Amino acid sequence: MSVLVYTETEKGKFKKNAFEVASYANAVAQQLGTTVTAIAFGADNAEELGTYGVSKVLNVAEASLSDFNARAFALSIAQAVSSEEAKVVLLSSSTDSKFLAGILAGKLSAGYAPNVVAAPETTEPFIVKRTAFSNKGFAHTQIDTDIKIVGVSNNAFGVVENPTSADVAAFSPQINESDFSTKSVEVDKVVGKATIADADIVVSGGRGLKGPENWGLIEELAEVLGAATACSKPVSDLGWRPHSEHVGQTGKPVASNLYIAIGISGAIQHLAGVSASKVKVVINTDPEAPFFKAADYGIVGDAFEVVPELTEKLKEFKAQNA
Amino acid sequence: MKILVCISNVPDTTSKINFTDDDTKFDTNGVQFVINPNDEFGLTRAMWFKEKQGATVHVATVGEATTEPTIRKALAIGADEAIRVNAAPTDGYFVAQQLAEVIKSGGYDLIIAGRESIDYNGGMVPGMIAAMLDMNFVNTCISLEIEGENATAVREIDGGKEKIATSLPLIIGGQKGLVEESDLRIPNMRGIMMARQKKLNVVEAVGGTQATKDVKFERPAPKGAVKLVDSANIDELVNLLHNEAKVI
Ligand SMILES: Cc1cc2nc3c(=O)[nH]c(=O)nc-3n(C[C@H](O)[C@H](O)[C@H](O)COP(=O)(O)OP(=O)(O)OC[C@H]3O[C@@H](n4cnc5c(N)ncnc54)[C@H](O)[C@@H]3O)c2cc1C
Ligand SMILES: Cc1cc2nc3c(=O)[nH]c(=O)nc-3n(C[C@H](O)[C@H](O)[C@H](O)COP(=O)(O)OP(=O)(O)OC[C@H]3O[C@@H](n4cnc5c(N)ncnc54)[C@H](O)[C@@H]3O)c2cc1C
Repeated sequence: MSVLVYTETEKGKFKKNAFEVASYANAVAQQLGTTVTAIAFGADNAEELGTYGVSKVLNVAEASLSDFNARAFALSIAQAVSSEEAKVVLLSSSTDSKFLAGILAGKLSAGYAPNVVAAPETTEPFIVKRTAFSNKGFAHTQIDTDIKIVGVSNNAFGVVENPTSADVAAFSPQINESDFSTKSVEVDKVVGKATIADADIVVSGGRGLKGPENWGLIEELAEVLGAATACSKPVSDLGWRPHSEHVGQTGKPVASNLYIAIGISGAIQHLAGVSASKVKVVINTDPEAPFFKAADYGIVGDAFEVVPELTEKLKEFKAQNA
Repeated sequence: MKILVCISNVPDTTSKINFTDDDTKFDTNGVQFVINPNDEFGLTRAMWFKEKQGATVHVATVGEATTEPTIRKALAIGADEAIRVNAAPTDGYFVAQQLAEVIKSGGYDLIIAGRESIDYNGGMVPGMIAAMLDMNFVNTCISLEIEGENATAVREIDGGKEKIATSLPLIIGGQKGLVEESDLRIPNMRGIMMARQKKLNVVEAVGGTQATKDVKFERPAPKGAVKLVDSANIDELVNLLHNEAKVI
């Protein structure tokens, strides 16, 4: 028996969330008195996972499995689960991992707890704490099936080093042509820019910015911080910004280290989606804006004056601390 | 084309979330229930298929009799028929099994579910159904076009989008983008009247395993007071973020 973790790669390199789920897997393995096996698809430096306590890596090298395909990946992971006799499977909260999670759970007849924020409270019965009701609450979820799948929230458990040496073995899942019946035909992805899902810092703008022509303010601040840009729902509904930037209960969830909200009032649906961020800063002209109640730091002031100055100060700060 | 839209009955997005019975149950007292927002986008997309290409649209929910106002609303928006599986939806796995049965016996070509139910945030039901029935599946779906047996979908990915070619039978986990907010339909009087005549079939649950159980709930810890920084002293904010919060 072991604990199996799916570690995601992007062009052969592990994503940051891979190290976080591997760290989580190691904590579970210690509780269960077993070891961690990882499965990766086309990882260039699979042994790197040893740093986070993974002792074996199943590296899939098949060309047909070099690009993400939810069904084919889920079936491959299911085969690794059976060859490793794994009882606990760990996934990240990326869009791709959430895509394959349901398929994997269905195939393995396994209970799945998503959005988990801490190591299991007990393993007998197996209980994990997860967010629910769009961050307005937590649920302690007991998984009763023989095989258990846990989706680890971004940025909640953290990356923990636990150096060991990882044996890397080639793994060749048996996947039929018919399992590729949903085919990717085109990927349109921003490159070289932090995404809302992975970014440590997210800078977000609301209707208080008055119009799309003013988004330079947001982008310049984001650039100094290496942050992703986001927006409130009306901003995307008005077409000022693309839908992919809409965050909140009905948009993308944000779980960054720092979330900076500019000209956003802090409606309950907005807060629900961003409150998992560790530190929240609000810049708003209205001292009564509800977001101040949910924030750690705030400036009551006009974004058009405050933001350029903050950007300048941060540039100076970065220059001094470079 | 025969379409099934899966509808989760959820607390309205403005609801305050409280728990009762020693924090073991969600307190539904005073809570207004609505069609899950992701499913509302899917339902409108289904209506467009019906109007532009010809389709029969059924809606299904797994829930007790208290969910009927929500499902009637879906009928008032324009669905032709509704199915309610008469059982408490205890977890995503159980719900997926029940819906898989409905789909098998109904012979649907396209199943439109949501990316996530905004109550328990499972994000698992459509994927589980896809695995149980070996159907094509596209999650976080923001656009869907169908021609004959062929489907072209766009899904949101981290940092962008991906276009996918696939075929019926198909299940999607949909969200805003399938249609826009401004396209959503509000039931009118005629729709509400017509909905009363439409069939709402109540079927009993078949077997079903509960794979997970929420044994206890908790509200987030109350937040400490915000630290306000004077707009004339922005250096102080940089200092706090660096030395106190340690996030830059
Ligand atoms: C079913 C449903 C789901 C929803 N889901 C979401 C969701 O996922 N995400 C989301 O964001 N919303 C969502 N909403 C919408 C939500 O209720 C709010 O309407 C929305 O978040 C408000 O956006 P905003 O803060 O940008 O705009 P507003 O509420 O108009 O706030 C603008 C703010 O800018 C401030 N301001 C004005 N001028 C300046 C200036 N010069 N400098 C600084 N500040 C300034 C104002 O004081 C105000 O606080 C949802 C609503 C519903 C009904
Ligand atoms: C009083 C009450 C108590 C409940 N307690 C719990 C609980 O403790 N734990 C728990 O996990 N669930 C509970 N539920 C059920 C919950 O509302 C969901 O129906 C179910 O858990 C699936 O949630 P999910 O977050 O996994 O769905 P997701 O996988 O996030 O849902 C994705 C999509 O699947 C479809 N779908 C989901 N649920 C249904 C449904 N019931 N009928 C039709 N389509 C559906 C929708 O299209 C939805 O957009 C309770 C429901 C009620 C009414």
